[in-house]
Amino acid sequence: MINKASIKEAMGKGSSGGGDLQEPMRNQSIWQKLAVLVSGKSLFFIFAFFVIFPFIVPYKALATQIIIWGLFALGYNVCLGYAGMLSFGHAAFFGIGAYTTGIILIRLWGNLWFSLFSGFASALVLAFILGFLSIKRRGIYFGMLTLAFAQLVYFIGFQWVDLTGGDNGLRSIPAVPLSFFGFSIDIYSPLRFYFFVLIFVGLSLLMLNLLLESPFGHVLQAVRENDRRAKSCGYETSSVRWLAFIISGGISGLAGGLYALYLHFVGIESLYWTTSGQVVMMTLLGGMGTFIGPFIGAGVFLFLEDVLSRLTTNWMIFLGVIFVLCVLFFPTGIWGTIKDHAMRKEKG
Amino acid sequence: MEWTAVIMQLFTGLSLGMLYVLLALGLSIIFGLLTVVNFAHGAMYMWGAYAGVAMISVTGNFWLGLMAAPLLIGCYGLIVEKALIRPLQGRDINYPLLLTFGLQFIMIEIVRMFWGTSDQPFPPPEALSAPLGLFGAFYFPSYRLFVICITSVVCLLLWVFLEKTNLGLIIRAGTRDPLMVRALGIDMTRIWWIVFGIGSGLAGMAGILASPIRSVFPEMGLAMLVECFVVVVVGGMGSLKGAILSGIIMGEASCLTALIYPQMSDIVIFLVMAVVLLIRPSGLFGKAGLLE
Repeated sequence: MINKASIKEAMGKGSSGGGDLQEPMRNQSIWQKLAVLVSGKSLFFIFAFFVIFPFIVPYKALATQIIIWGLFALGYNVCLGYAGMLSFGHAAFFGIGAYTTGIILIRLWGNLWFSLFSGFASALVLAFILGFLSIKRRGIYFGMLTLAFAQLVYFIGFQWVDLTGGDNGLRSIPAVPLSFFGFSIDIYSPLRFYFFVLIFVGLSLLMLNLLLESPFGHVLQAVRENDRRAKSCGYETSSVRWLAFIISGGISGLAGGLYALYLHFVGIESLYWTTSGQVVMMTLLGGMGTFIGPFIGAGVFLFLEDVLSRLTTNWMIFLGVIFVLCVLFFPTGIWGTIKDHAMRKEKG
Repeated sequence: MEWTAVIMQLFTGLSLGMLYVLLALGLSIIFGLLTVVNFAHGAMYMWGAYAGVAMISVTGNFWLGLMAAPLLIGCYGLIVEKALIRPLQGRDINYPLLLTFGLQFIMIEIVRMFWGTSDQPFPPPEALSAPLGLFGAFYFPSYRLFVICITSVVCLLLWVFLEKTNLGLIIRAGTRDPLMVRALGIDMTRIWWIVFGIGSGLAGMAGILASPIRSVFPEMGLAMLVECFVVVVVGGMGSLKGAILSGIIMGEASCLTALIYPQMSDIVIFLVMAVVLLIRPSGLFGKAGLLE
C-alpha cells in the first residue's frame, strides 16, 4: 500500500510544517483568539466545550444527535476536506455501521463494545471495497461512482428483509447495559448516553488530530492540492487517497453504530443517498477542510432543523436556501469564514 | 417462460430506456459544455411531471401539458443558470454540483407545499389508453409506444440541431475547446445559458412523459437522478451516443431482470455499471481523462 520510505521522508518534512498558527500574535481579536484556541493544538478546549455542551442546548437528546452527526461529518471531512474527494456515498458507511451494530446486538451478542467495533469494522471493509472500485477515477466521476455504489448497498439493504427488516427498518435494538471490567452501567438516560457517545467522539477527535498532523496528513493535503506533483515526489497518490477513504468510511460507520444505539432503531433511509447529501451539506456549512468545522456545521444544521421543524412542516426549504446561499457567498463555510476573517485581520 | 412475455418486457424496457435517454441527454450536454453536474436534474424531471399535473387540472388537455412542460422547465432552467450557476463560474467544479444539490431540496419542498406528499393520479390521455394489438398476439400499451416514438423524434431533432445548424456547430466546438471558440469571438456565456435551458427542457419533457407510467410524487426525481447518473457514467460523460446506447441497455437490463428475478431489478443497473467500468473505466464512449 503506502510506500514506507516515502512516509519516512515526509516525516522529516512534515514536522516543520503547520506551525504558522502557534506563533505569538499581538493585538488579537476575539475571533483570532478563538481560532487559535480551536485550531487543532487545543483539543483540550474542544473537549471542555463538549462537556458543557449538553447543558447549553435546549434538550440533551439534541446534543447527542449533534455530536453523532458531527462525528459522521468529521469522518466525511477527511475525505472531502483533507483528501479533496467529493464522495456522495457515505450513507453506505453510516448505514452499514448502524445495521451491523444493531443486528449484532439483536442476534449475536449483547455487548456494546463488540457491536460498535463490528459496525466500525464493517464500514472499514465496505470502504475498502468501494474505494477499490472508485478511487482510480477522480473528480466528478468519483462522486457519481460512490453515489451509484452506495445506492447499490441501499437496494441490497432494502431487499434483504430477513436481515435488515427492509422498508420497516431494524426494530427493537435492545438497550444493553455497558459492561466494563465486570461492572455494568446503564447508559440510557439522555445525559449518560451523551457522555457515552462523547467517549467515542473524543477518541476519534484525538486520533484524527494525530493523523492529520502526522506525515500522512501532510501527504494527504499535498495530494489534494496537486496530485501530479505529489506523484512526482514519489508518493503513491491513489493509495494515499484510498487509505483516507477507508479511514473516513470507518469513522462514518462508528457514527452510524452510535446512531443505532441512540435511536434503538435503524431506518432504511440511513442508507439512502440523501443521507450522504445531508453530511455533505453539514460539512460544507461548517467549513470543509477545517478540523472542527464539520461539528459546527452539524450543530447548526440540526439546531435549525429542530427549531424550524417546530414552526413549519416545510423546514427543508429554509435549510436548502441557507445551503445555496452558503455555496454562493460563503464557500468556505461558517468556521472557514471566521478563520479567513481572523487571518485577514492578522495580516493587515 | 412465455416468449411473448419476453417480447413484451423488451418493449417495456425500451420505453423505460428511452426515458433514461431523454434525461441522460440533458445531463450529458449540460455536463459536456458547462462541466456542471446538475443534481437538480431529477427535481426538474419531477417539476415537469407536476407542470403536467397543473396544466391538465386547468385545461384538461394532456397535449397542452406535454407542450407546456418542456417550455416551462426550459425557461426555469434559463433562470437557474443565469441567477445561480453563472456566479459560480471559475470556481471549483464541485460548487455548481453542491449548489444544484441544495436547489433540488428547495424544489421538492415547493411541490410539497402546493400538492402535499401523496401520489398524484395521472392517467394516460384518452386516445392512448387502449392497448394496440399487433398480429393478434401482442397487445402493446399504446402509451408506451407513443413514448418510444416521441423520444425517438426528440433524439433525432437534437441530432439534427447539433450536427446541421450553426448553433449546434458552436456547441460541439465548445465541448472540445471552449477557449478557442471564445477566441473566435463567440459569446460562450450565452451558449452555456441556452444549453442549460435545453437540458432542463428535456428533463421537464421526460417528467411529463413518465407520469402515466411511473407514479407522480415529490421525491420521484431522487431515485431517477441516480439511475440517470449511472446511465451517463456507463455511456461516458459528455457523450451523446453513449447516453443513448447505455440508456436503452439500462432500461432493458432493468425490465428483463424484473421478469426473471424481480428483487434484482433495481440493483442490476448498478451491477452493469460496475462491470462496464471495470472493463472500460471511462464508459462505453467516454474519453479517458476528461475532467478528472
